[in-house]
Amino acid sequence: MARIIVVTSGKGGVGKTTTSAAIAMGLAKRGHKTAVIDFDVGLRNLDLILGCERRVVYDFINVINGEASLNQALIRDKNCNLLYILPASQTRDKDALTHEGVGKVLDELSKDFGYIVCDSPAGIEKGANLALYFADDAFVVTNPEISSVRDSDRMLGILSSKSRRAERNEEPIKEYLLLTRYDADRVKLGEMLSLEDVQEILSLELLGIIPESKSVLSASNAGIPVILDEKSEAGQAYADVVARYLGEKLPHRFIDGKQGFLRRLFGGRK
Amino acid sequence: MVNTSPTLEFKSSTFFAPILILYTNDMIAIEQTLYEKINLAPDFFKDSPLMIDLRELNKLNLDLDFSQLAQLLRRVGFFPVGIRGGNEQQNKQARALSLPIDTVRELGNPIIIGETQKQENTQQPLTQPEVAAIKEPKEPVQPAAIPPVSATTILVTQPIRSGQRIYASGDLIILSQVSAGAEIMAEGNIHVYNTLRGRALAGVHGNTAARIFCFDLQAELISIAGDYKTSEDLNKQTYSSPVQIYLQNHALIIKEIA
Repeated sequence: MARIIVVTSGKGGVGKTTTSAAIAMGLAKRGHKTAVIDFDVGLRNLDLILGCERRVVYDFINVINGEASLNQALIRDKNCNLLYILPASQTRDKDALTHEGVGKVLDELSKDFGYIVCDSPAGIEKGANLALYFADDAFVVTNPEISSVRDSDRMLGILSSKSRRAERNEEPIKEYLLLTRYDADRVKLGEMLSLEDVQEILSLELLGIIPESKSVLSASNAGIPVILDEKSEAGQAYADVVARYLGEKLPHRFIDGKQGFLRRLFGGRK
Repeated sequence: MVNTSPTLEFKSSTFFAPILILYTNDMIAIEQTLYEKINLAPDFFKDSPLMIDLRELNKLNLDLDFSQLAQLLRRVGFFPVGIRGGNEQQNKQARALSLPIDTVRELGNPIIIGETQKQENTQQPLTQPEVAAIKEPKEPVQPAAIPPVSATTILVTQPIRSGQRIYASGDLIILSQVSAGAEIMAEGNIHVYNTLRGRALAGVHGNTAARIFCFDLQAELISIAGDYKTSEDLNKQTYSSPVQIYLQNHALIIKEIA
């Protein structure tokens, strides 16, 4: 049985697709057969970030409608043969997603994949709801600014009430925080919320801080997930995130605070 | 999408009205005394709704022409809005005049509410000041037609996130934080043993004795029985402090819990 991860945020533009591509690639690189699904029907982006846009023949909606088989629609990544992409349809909209259809695709994928990463669209409408409904784990992507934090908080409410696990009264979705586009210098100047500020509101297990980095944009434009850029801070940060998710204990980097601050922050936390 | 603006909406609410307790059936004496009282505060009584209490009168076994009384009250400038403590015949007359009959509060004597907290329960007589709360909307219903509502206490251990709403028909106890944009409501008291950043509304059915207790007050809005304060009106001194909030003479009092 695959573990289903939803990458979600509520707010747009915080780095969901970048994160989905990076962690899916990271999991595959570590030897786990991974599928990443673009739930942003009508605004297809994941294929661009993963550099497979010219190989899209069939898409998620075709599979849901029975117009193509899952194997026909899945695209194998050119950098890693354990990573498969299920692209969204660009010509349809979110209404094309159905509860049963998504459930069926995930069930089928679960049979021979280790991890399924669901790249959620922004908002709290149908696409986002279906992306999180079947999830086991949630990566909540948040930028250090108040509107993003509030939207993430709203998303956490939905995760705890509108998922399959919540409806079946099972163990709730495991929620993790991913703080992206973090600029330690601006935090010091008081222009950006600090990790501490964000955690005061969200109080989630922190999976990692992704520093604001020029390499993210250039990697996106080149169609290579930033995690493959091992020299960049963002790439290293995503590699840390994947390692922590898989159970490794790594100290948090890129907070760039004093040691005392760090100890205060993590010493008291379980 | 179809725009469906609602035609109407029912909401539970309370309003206050003076109660007129009659000790005599002498219409002339009643009218004379009423004018004397009104002259003391003409603006206060002008067009005021009025609840008529007949319990004392019926204790003395005095008969009353109810329609004559209603006419008199209207002439003097009151709007009778209901009766209570009437006998069968008086209730019948009231119904003929389209006046609601208050049956819930027939027990007990009026008590002036003090600072002490009293548990509101439909099975018990309500504590009531001289000015009683009348539930609205209220139909002229047969006595004992209202089933007692079981007030349940709800305990929440998970964080209440932005956009979530929790409603308790009794007390509400929350052990985790309440985020900004969340809404917690209770007919009774609210306890938050963590940071309260959202909206908290206690005594939503008009229980003015309800209180809000919280560990760290950063709320967007607090309300008891409809009286509210937004975060802008919150005193800086009590902000981020452990407090209790209660109602005193229609004013929300926020007091630090030492």
